[in-house]
Amino acid sequence: MTIRTEPMTVNVGPQHPSTHGVFRLRVTFDGEEIIEVEPVFGYLHRGTEKLAEERNYVQIVTLTDRLDYVSSMINNQGYCLAVEKLLEVEAPDRGKYLRTISAELQRIASHLMGIGFFLQDLGTLGTPLMYAFRTRERILDLFEMLCGARVTVSYARPGGVVSDAPADFWPALDNFMQLFHSEISEIEQLVLENEIVLIRTRDVSILPLDMAINCSVSGPVLRASGLAWDWRKMEPYDVYDRVEFDVPVGTKGDNYDRFWVRVQEIHQSARIIEQCVAQIEPGPVRLDLPLVLHPKPGTEAYGRVEASKGELAFFLVSDGGISPYRCKIRSPSLMNLTVTEHLLVGWKLADMIVTLGSMDINLGEVDR
Amino acid sequence: MAIVAPVAVENLTERLQVGVPDAVVEWNNYALWVKPSSIAPVSQFLCDDPELDFKFLNSISAVDFIEYFELSYHLTSINRHHTALVKTKVFGRENLSISSVYNVWRGADFQEREIWDLMGIHFEGHPNMKRIMLWEGFPGHPLRKDYL
Repeated sequence: MTIRTEPMTVNVGPQHPSTHGVFRLRVTFDGEEIIEVEPVFGYLHRGTEKLAEERNYVQIVTLTDRLDYVSSMINNQGYCLAVEKLLEVEAPDRGKYLRTISAELQRIASHLMGIGFFLQDLGTLGTPLMYAFRTRERILDLFEMLCGARVTVSYARPGGVVSDAPADFWPALDNFMQLFHSEISEIEQLVLENEIVLIRTRDVSILPLDMAINCSVSGPVLRASGLAWDWRKMEPYDVYDRVEFDVPVGTKGDNYDRFWVRVQEIHQSARIIEQCVAQIEPGPVRLDLPLVLHPKPGTEAYGRVEASKGELAFFLVSDGGISPYRCKIRSPSLMNLTVTEHLLVGWKLADMIVTLGSMDINLGEVDR
Repeated sequence: MAIVAPVAVENLTERLQVGVPDAVVEWNNYALWVKPSSIAPVSQFLCDDPELDFKFLNSISAVDFIEYFELSYHLTSINRHHTALVKTKVFGRENLSISSVYNVWRGADFQEREIWDLMGIHFEGHPNMKRIMLWEGFPGHPLRKDYL
């Protein structure tokens, strides 16, 4: 006897705990199998690009905090690099080192959140997420020492950083790095070769490399598909050409690889921080630029960084005024969502949540 | 030492003039402008040509310059380790349209929809040309300079 089935369309989100923000997936199921997917977003659209046209170059730094709100330091850094490119100036060495250290700390925090929520979506309720948040919390404490804020930091400024690190920051960072390694290996022992994690994530939602490139996918999702493409290596900014680190790559591009690449990148970030701490020397942290910047009329700059989710770029066009004529933000999470349909169709409902978790999107950045 | 560097615009122009004749309008030391009507064949050529090999579309940006809209295509070649900036100017304010590059780079999908939503340039040949951030029926295109 055959059972008569008919497709059913379900809305996952916009208010759903595993969509990591206000994000909606219109999914058509045949039984448990996904036959059609359409991502719907824009619920968090604040018009950041339009707001940027009304503010001066330094004020926009605060807007970039609110893009990918779990990696504000990297957003600040990317925007400031674009402004420096526009003005054709370069930050002093100590400022560059401080930006790199804070950006790598932020990458660890962001990847920890990505890993924690990925495991949460798998059904490991609580424990790994709390382990990840325990470490992230201490990174936020370090940020509080640097600039007084924990999440919306606005630490980097065009021409460097807002202020030098206080004297007690360095011992605190040292203390953090010592504890950090044992904490990460604790998480790794729990989950990296856990049988349930392996069975649920290996060979699920495979993203082939040519598809990833054609869909403009970047960051850990691209590297999990087997391409060692990292803008920190390919187009070094700040002090990434003075430190040694590896670019971890996956082999298949399945859910496990995307998760594994993030875990490995945490170790590489720690390596970068340790080298920066050894290399940093006293000196000025910020260029003496006027408070209100006037780039030359008709100039434009495309400044990009490797953010925790992928290639984050700011395309600034100046008409000589005190605010950019146009500030386009290339957000990695939005571009990575292009492959949602390919990754989900043919898989089951339970895998959908895990795959979305493995992509590690941030809706503040998708909607801008 | 950067591994990835911009391709010399002079070489790019020469190559493009052979591949797609009459497409290039002007070029300077960092970008080249093509006719809006030839953006589809130009994209196809940039992607398929073995020497240029621009398989990766970084972003499409639209800028409203009042008398025209400028679209900037930032491209990267993964194999050749070079980047390029190709631009085109779309004149006018009402009922603007240009060919979609969706069939060359799937990564154009959301960005073209976003430009339609916020700038009001329609992309012909895009399979799902509707608003992306704002809701259907939203009056106007808010990133235009005359919106507010």
